[in-house]
Amino acid sequence: MTDRAFAVVRAGALTSVQDQGRAGHAHLGVPRSGALDRPASDLANRLVGNHLEAAVLETTLNGSAVRPRCAVTVAVTGAPCRVTVDGRPAAWGAPVRVAAGAVLEVGHAEGGVRSYVAFAGGIACEPVLGSRSTDLLSGLGPAPLTDGAVLPLGGESAPPVYADAVPCQGPPRELVLRFGPGPRTDWFTERSLHTLATALYRVSSASNRIGLRTEGPPLERAVHGELPSEGMVLGAVQVPPDGHPVVFLADHPTTGGYPVIAVVRERDLAAAAQAAPGTPIRFVPAGRR
Amino acid sequence: MSTMRALPVGDHALLVELGSSEEVEALHAELLRRRAAGTLPAVREIVPAARTVLLDGLDDPGRFAERLTGWEIPPLSPGVRGAIEIPVRYDGPDLAAVAGLWGVPHDEVGRIHSATEFRVAFCGFAPGFGYLTGLPERYTVPRRDTPRTAVPAGAVALAGAYTGVYPRSSPGGWQLIGSTRAVLWDHARVPAALLTPGARVRFVPEEL
Repeated sequence: MTDRAFAVVRAGALTSVQDQGRAGHAHLGVPRSGALDRPASDLANRLVGNHLEAAVLETTLNGSAVRPRCAVTVAVTGAPCRVTVDGRPAAWGAPVRVAAGAVLEVGHAEGGVRSYVAFAGGIACEPVLGSRSTDLLSGLGPAPLTDGAVLPLGGESAPPVYADAVPCQGPPRELVLRFGPGPRTDWFTERSLHTLATALYRVSSASNRIGLRTEGPPLERAVHGELPSEGMVLGAVQVPPDGHPVVFLADHPTTGGYPVIAVVRERDLAAAAQAAPGTPIRFVPAGRR
Repeated sequence: MSTMRALPVGDHALLVELGSSEEVEALHAELLRRRAAGTLPAVREIVPAARTVLLDGLDDPGRFAERLTGWEIPPLSPGVRGAIEIPVRYDGPDLAAVAGLWGVPHDEVGRIHSATEFRVAFCGFAPGFGYLTGLPERYTVPRRDTPRTAVPAGAVALAGAYTGVYPRSSPGGWQLIGSTRAVLWDHARVPAALLTPGARVRFVPEEL
């Protein structure tokens, strides 16, 4: 039990391998993918002395448990949660040394949605198009974790950086999404634009890594008829025929045929990744640069 | 390209809308030429689609939009690249339905389809899925009323003005006219995608 790998004891609702994603292939229909809460995954990597490109685990709501086969330094960030090693409490948001064969348990999110687990040396699955990210839309990259699966770890390169305290933005009580212009703003009525900018929306439980779905007043179109498929960006606020805006997250399709009314700023999307179903959302028009 | 229109997409992208699929291809080719020559500002993604080209990851989309209006975009020079040949058996479950829509006998569908030179207008839907144009407008067909929950990998299919080949098994609403053993997507291969935007394609019938 000294090989550099870990076994999955409890996969959790949805735990996937994520890194910075595979940008640059959208013209082939390949989504960007990557960690939804990048500041949190970056922090986890920093805490264990990894480069920021290293692959980490992204859990969803109920955490995950793993058993490293070698002694390894780990760090858990993102959604705050109870962390234990062989049942004994361990630190969240700090480097933790886990002995070979011990069980690292990442508990239910006590706020937010997604916790990140970095291992010194990174998760060493075979990269696909330069990334180890699991892409849930098109099935590229490693499969989501299943109980009993074994994942390889890379070699520890640098000594961990020990931090006394780490900055942590708590999960949002209200999700504020600042938006810039969308290419099809003129496909919507003036009233709909006003509604988007003033009404209260809530995060729908149908949200996933592809898109943050919303509940709230539907938006009406001024232009009917079909929009030929066009390229889509991260943060695009797409409005399907039911009028309920969807904010595109990392696994979004590269092209789409529903009009995009607005585009949420990338720096606000980390908070979107941590907004649990029911969280109030306000869409706020951002001043043009 | 008098009909070119640059639409803002957030703070870091631009959607350039054009009048026709041919204009999209010409602009896309010019963008790739300029990127290869190092005269294009840094951009993360260049995504052609039906009537648009998306430029994502630009530092200053507004400035780029201004520069774009001054561009001389040469028309396409046809036949620079050889056509990719895709072996096909015209044995799809919707062959009869398509023949009915086209108003031709069953065996004419494959003959018309394989006599057409296609072009990959753009990719999307799934890695390696190309939207192929080339069939005359009278051969436009609607999607199926009820999409199939599983279309097999290699299915050759029609919808609207497009032909597509499913890279892997997935749900789909296109009309299936045939099947191919060609591998459309293999991430262990370089390049992973058999079809890339702008490529020419011919379907070559195999004996049933």
